[in-house]
Amino acid sequence: MNVLEALITGVTQGAMIALVALGYTMVYGVLKLINFAHSEVFMMSAFIGLFVITALGGAANPLLAGIGGTLSAMLFASALGITVERLAYRPLRGRTKSALTRITPLVTALGMSVLLQNLAQLLFSARFRPYPPLMSGTLDLGGLRMSSSRLLILVTAVVVMVALEIIVKRTWFGKAMRALSANEEAARLMGIRTSRVIAMTFALGSSLAALGAVLYCLDQSQVYPTMGVVIGTRAFVAAVLGGIGSITGAMLGGLLLGIIGELVKLTDYSGGVDVLVFLVLIVVLLVRPAGLLGSARAEKV
Amino acid sequence: MISRRHFSSGFAIVLATGCEKKNDQEIVVGGYFSLSGPDSTFGNDSKEGIELATEEVNAAGGIKGKKIRLVVEDDKSTTQEASQKVRQLIDRDKVVAVLGEVASSRSLAGGLVANQAKIPMLTPSSSAIEVTQGREWVFRTSYTDDLQGRALARFVKDELKKTKVGIFYVAQDTYSSGLAKTFREAFKKLGGEIVVDKGYQKGETNYRTYLSELKAANPEAIFVPNYYGDMVLIARQAKEIGIPGSMFVGGDGWVSSNLLEGAGAELEGAHFTNPYAPDVPWPSSKKFNDAYKAKYKREPPAFAAQGYDGARVLYDAIARAPQVTPEAIRKALTETKDFQGATGTITFDAERNAEKAIVVVMVKDKKFTFKTQLDPR
Repeated sequence: MNVLEALITGVTQGAMIALVALGYTMVYGVLKLINFAHSEVFMMSAFIGLFVITALGGAANPLLAGIGGTLSAMLFASALGITVERLAYRPLRGRTKSALTRITPLVTALGMSVLLQNLAQLLFSARFRPYPPLMSGTLDLGGLRMSSSRLLILVTAVVVMVALEIIVKRTWFGKAMRALSANEEAARLMGIRTSRVIAMTFALGSSLAALGAVLYCLDQSQVYPTMGVVIGTRAFVAAVLGGIGSITGAMLGGLLLGIIGELVKLTDYSGGVDVLVFLVLIVVLLVRPAGLLGSARAEKV
Repeated sequence: MISRRHFSSGFAIVLATGCEKKNDQEIVVGGYFSLSGPDSTFGNDSKEGIELATEEVNAAGGIKGKKIRLVVEDDKSTTQEASQKVRQLIDRDKVVAVLGEVASSRSLAGGLVANQAKIPMLTPSSSAIEVTQGREWVFRTSYTDDLQGRALARFVKDELKKTKVGIFYVAQDTYSSGLAKTFREAFKKLGGEIVVDKGYQKGETNYRTYLSELKAANPEAIFVPNYYGDMVLIARQAKEIGIPGSMFVGGDGWVSSNLLEGAGAELEGAHFTNPYAPDVPWPSSKKFNDAYKAKYKREPPAFAAQGYDGARVLYDAIARAPQVTPEAIRKALTETKDFQGATGTITFDAERNAEKAIVVVMVKDKKFTFKTQLDPR
């Protein structure tokens, strides 16, 4: 029973990590850039979600507050993602052709992350803030107890992943993204407005992070300026584990990480979840350096 | 990702300025606290208590006819900054003594510098035993984790009358695993049984799997020596799983208004040890409580009471010292006996740690209320 429960918890936990991992992997797919500011976009949108939910009445009005809070956090995150890209990454693009092409944006991304974290501390203070309990019910699924917030996470994550698959495979935007990922110069020659596609990728990835942030806080976390570091690290590991640049890989990586994490908690090494997670990462990378689904021939987005 | 922390905090450069002006009309006392960063409430609360103590002493004419000038520096909640700020206070400001920090890791870092420079340092709140160990110049007016862990074991066994207990602690945290260790040993010695003993990953937010396992072991009480941020989440998720809040017992890391805001209802009936409670029935505490409320218009947090006591003990020692020199102050500090502070009666033992009573606080109607006091043993 314990193992089954841990598995279910692990899947929901993994689904949440995957939502954030998608942002890392999509940006890497189109830009070959690891956007370290992603975890800070996650944190900032958690704050916006909290403010809007509180303004809309919080626990007194759970449906309106929940939906309103989530949508505004996603909107805000898209705007923030685009702004970060516009201010910090775009000016650097195509400026150098030396070995520094990769390093400069990477350092900028680190700087952006520190900047946003400190900005949040300045604006919102370092206080821990809890979300109002919007969903406090517990469902009994044949002896298995599951909070309604966890079920919502699971459903949302599945819907998002299916929708994302459709966007990437069936729409103009998805096709442009894939083209960009395959060869930026060729894509531009074919008439794709690369800057716009990149901005849209940031918007999409950031809004998924915001969705993840609101769900995460409703379910298990408080909001504070350094909260992005914990889940950001795990999401990044999930993206690398699954094969960075691969959307399905990020989902798979997230799920694996979630399940491993929960199972470790049942053992005597319960305090060393991160140790085990990183150990798995190292082993996987030794066997498959590009990650589980990230071979050179695989389609990258 | 891990390396980002180093990026943000590794570049501070300390410039020792050759500022030699000396004012004979004042006594300069330094302080270093986490005024910004994740632990900013700890630092700011402490600073308020210290400022109140300083104001009171200055209003009463100062010490030996001189006013105290307090210089409080911000260590941004990092250990690197902590040692740099202590260095700066000693070299630039020429302080005669230093007050600080709350977190044991930063008191250790700052204490190393103060001890080498032979400037007395007094921490009002750090409880890890190593902070004063082997450091002749470092004092503490709070109790140690050792004392706290043993007192907690006695409280659970003798007052709550629980014999089967679970322990749930942060595996990577010195404070948490240290307190768990002393409690575990003391509780077993008292004849109690530990039915489940679980460490968790620092920074964890999803406790359901752990909590299910804890519940399955059927403990009568669960000892969780962690910080309030984690405890809010644990209490909320425990309610979901069906563990009542009154089952939880904690240490002084719980004390924050945030605990009450976040999980006051979920933790109804829970107990934890603390140096202080606003309704503690000691006369010297009442005086502090009134003065604090008059100045800051709110109930004094525990760190403010500890900061106040730390500063008062130091000023008392400076007043008793024959001259205002670091050596004389150190000597006077070692002779501190039965000092009536807001957090109880303070006497330093041979290891320069305060021997004092510990307060047990109970969460009741979303408030911290005084339950009982445990004498040091």
